[in-house]
Amino acid sequence: MSMTSDRGARPGRRRTVRRPGDITFHGAALASGLTILAILAGVAIFLVVEAAPVLTADPEELTAGGFGRYVLPLIAGTVIASVIAMVVATPVAVGIALFISHYAHRRVGTSVGFVVDLLAAVPSVVFGMWGWQVLAPRMVPLYRWLEANLGFIPVFGSASSTGRTLMTASLVLAVMILPIITSVSREVFLQTPRLHEEAALALGATKWEMIRTAVLPFGMPGVIGGTMLGLGRALGETMAVAIILSPGVFTWVLIDSGNSTIPAEIALNFPEASGLRLSELIGAGLVLFLITLAVNLLARWVVARRADFSGAN
Amino acid sequence: MSKRIDINDLNIYYGSFHAVKDVSMVIEPKSVTAFIGPSGCGKSTFLRTLNRMHEVVPGGRVEGDVLMDGRNLYSRDVDPVDVRREVGMVFQRPNPFPTMSIKENVLAGLRLNSKRMSSSTADELCERALRGANLWSEVKDRLDRPGSGLSGGQQQRLCIARAIAVQPEVILMDEPCSALDPISTLAVEDLIHELKSDYTVVIVTHNMQQAARVSDRTGFFNLEATGKPGHLVEMDDTQRIFNNPGKKATEDYISGRFG
Amino acid sequence: MPTLHRLDTQEGLDHRIDHVRGVVPAPVRPAPRRLGAVLGAVAVATVLLLWLGLDLHLGLAVTGAFLLYLALTYVGFRVAAGARVATDRLMRGLLYGAFVVALLPLCSLLWTVVTLGGARVVNPDFLLQTMNGVTGLHDQATQQQGQLFIGGAYHAIVGTLLITGAATLISVPVGLLTAIYLVEYAGRSRLAHVIRFFVDVMTGIPSIVAGLFAFALWAVVFGIGTKDGMAGAVALSVLMIPTVVRNSEEMLRIVPNELREASLALGVPKWRTIVRVVLPTAASGLASGVTLAIARVIGETAPLLVAVGYARALNTNLLEGPMNTLAVYAYYMFTKPLSPAYRDPSIERAWAAALLLVLVVVALNLSARLIARFFAPTKR
Ligand SMILES: Nc1ncnc2c1ncn2[C@@H]1O[C@H](COP(=O)(O)OP(=O)(O)O)[C@@H](O)[C@H]1O
Ligand SMILES: [Mg+2]
Repeated sequence: MSMTSDRGARPGRRRTVRRPGDITFHGAALASGLTILAILAGVAIFLVVEAAPVLTADPEELTAGGFGRYVLPLIAGTVIASVIAMVVATPVAVGIALFISHYAHRRVGTSVGFVVDLLAAVPSVVFGMWGWQVLAPRMVPLYRWLEANLGFIPVFGSASSTGRTLMTASLVLAVMILPIITSVSREVFLQTPRLHEEAALALGATKWEMIRTAVLPFGMPGVIGGTMLGLGRALGETMAVAIILSPGVFTWVLIDSGNSTIPAEIALNFPEASGLRLSELIGAGLVLFLITLAVNLLARWVVARRADFSGAN
Repeated sequence: MSKRIDINDLNIYYGSFHAVKDVSMVIEPKSVTAFIGPSGCGKSTFLRTLNRMHEVVPGGRVEGDVLMDGRNLYSRDVDPVDVRREVGMVFQRPNPFPTMSIKENVLAGLRLNSKRMSSSTADELCERALRGANLWSEVKDRLDRPGSGLSGGQQQRLCIARAIAVQPEVILMDEPCSALDPISTLAVEDLIHELKSDYTVVIVTHNMQQAARVSDRTGFFNLEATGKPGHLVEMDDTQRIFNNPGKKATEDYISGRFG
Repeated sequence: MPTLHRLDTQEGLDHRIDHVRGVVPAPVRPAPRRLGAVLGAVAVATVLLLWLGLDLHLGLAVTGAFLLYLALTYVGFRVAAGARVATDRLMRGLLYGAFVVALLPLCSLLWTVVTLGGARVVNPDFLLQTMNGVTGLHDQATQQQGQLFIGGAYHAIVGTLLITGAATLISVPVGLLTAIYLVEYAGRSRLAHVIRFFVDVMTGIPSIVAGLFAFALWAVVFGIGTKDGMAGAVALSVLMIPTVVRNSEEMLRIVPNELREASLALGVPKWRTIVRVVLPTAASGLASGVTLAIARVIGETAPLLVAVGYARALNTNLLEGPMNTLAVYAYYMFTKPLSPAYRDPSIERAWAAALLLVLVVVALNLSARLIARFFAPTKR
């Protein structure tokens, strides 16, 4: 157990002498903690202050004749790209997590873990450049094939000739959020009670049956939480999309140019923006902040709920 | 330098849990006082109130008085830090500081408080404390090596040296030998014998032979049932406690008929 | 949520079997010993046949062979050892496949960065020149007439170091003191819960939002549109502080309580105990955590794009005017080449900057591991 406050405030306690050094140090530590709260409040407040002109402005002066009409397609693009990334990344991440926790040798598992961490460390601008230069051209044949054979489905309606599409950006996002989903899943898989695993194996279960009956049910809430953390990361990821995507107005077609996401929209337009346009972009950032906040809170809640009832084991 | 301790009606709590109830006793200077009793009866808890270490635990609080030569350790104007400088403590598991050498460990009580001292004074203090802890001859050639490199028994004596280097009046020891092998135990017991010529020594032990060997007076703690507070059953000269105890519970415990 | 039942009673055993649904506790037939190896060999042969023999794209060949391998594995083991073993083998193949799938982009990315950026990075001119005065005409001359390549990332390297350094100087005291507050003072108090919760929230702030925050803060304090290095440092701090708090908290928690008690019992005040015993004991872990936090922000682009702007020349004053950093430099060179018609030199600069960044980040990650491993206090 950890040693913490040496004087929890209890009514009727004898108060004791405190040294100046202790008072100062305690005060500094507390002040730092409060600084964090202040920073977060500051993020919300300053964004609201700088975005406020949008609300009072004449809609005619805004980019799309109204903030809602401007930001909704961006929200749609952001959500679509992130959800695709999440759907693609999750099975692979869970597979790697199982590989590390239950299949690979301890040493191999550690090095695989290191490789995955490296993936997390690569700066997003590099992912963007790689997606533009390496991945996008290689996706073109696939997009052509999809257009030719599945073109009757709206999302495959027409194919880009450069590969710089929302789909390509989403795939790069998937690679980028792979590490976080993997590490959260690996963590919970490693916590599976050994007794459950051994009970399954003792009954003659194969390894996969053991995983399906003991590991996965136990880890599922953690995996869901990790997936949502990954979703949060994808929603806020800027550079990969800003570089790869050749942006445009909203369209259902995922394999052609067009669409944009909030962070990419901000990054691409902010350097040249001024006046009301600046407020509009900051307003979009505020919307993004609120969306990621909601997703992250939900994710934390799911993970924490799991922590609650795994305590019984 | 040693002081008499008077304890009056002490009640000790962990949050709302009443751990030790209504203890009153006298601890004589320049003597060894031992506390025995079954696990969980509050011996360690009680011992830690004598240097105000109990309140380090979240929710820990104490009611009642502990008088050292008449001064109440729990009065409002007493700084617990000063109390701890006067009342040293040795723990069950040897806990030398892993980032410090043997010498730094011995001088930790002074150095951590940024006491300025010349290197010759430091050397002298270090040697005195290590001699006082019967460890000097074993470590004098490796004072700059990490303290965690010593054997368990040596580490425990290093912790004793660390405690006496700040020149306390009282030394508290909580089962100081329970993590040690028999040879090391013997070395520490010898040391306790020597310490009592200078200090008031209070020791908690699980081992009744040890209490009989090293102590002058013995207190027997017991608890009626788990969840109930522990209490002092009786306290007397060690000879009497072991040969002719006043209470049936004490007799049952020391003769092993405890249940 | 599986519940555990006692195995030593018949009833308990029944529950167990119930719980392990779908497992029939019957022996499975042993599979022929070499079946796996044979199937593997078939798969490799298929790759070679498709790739070399039929001249198929290597990626397609491997994918095809892998699918064939999975199918053969399932059918083979199903015939030889039954459906349960077959499923087990199939899943094993898929999990190994997932691992390879993750490895592919990483390898491709590292390969791309090294081959495209390597030549420029080893050239001292690139490391020591700025972009001051370099224009599209120079690049055109370089690309068309093979004139000397000029223009480097010196200003961006310096900017990265300054801004990241300033961010570290802000984040480490705040983050470390907060961790100390949480571990040493607050315990399970209400405020501790609140702070932990908001640190979690802060971890999820998108980096561009952090940049907007710094921009908006500067706009209110110094006037709209003020961009300088310090704004970037503040933006990076918003991203760094939660990492520092999380890592430090973890490291402080594993300092054994016995050491705190040993120190307090010597009459050392609590604050000195923390500063002189707890922090030194945790030092290597703390250093490693800070290193990881630096690695996390040193490659950030978006917040700096927004809050710091872009400079072509060296600017070492954090409090005055735009600066450049490696990530922003790479971004601009890549997306807005100096000469749109002669892009090659700019693209080359971008990849060189990217390689530098990757090297720095990998080095930081490795050193974080080494610090944690080698400077940990020896327990024995
Ligand atoms: N940190 C703590 N928090 C709450 N209860 C405690 C704590 N430490 C000890 N206790 C309780 O106080 C009682 C006395 O414990 P202790 O003094 O350690 O007994 P002993 O040393 O005699 O074995 C026990 O019931 C124990 O569970
Ligand atoms: Mg005890």
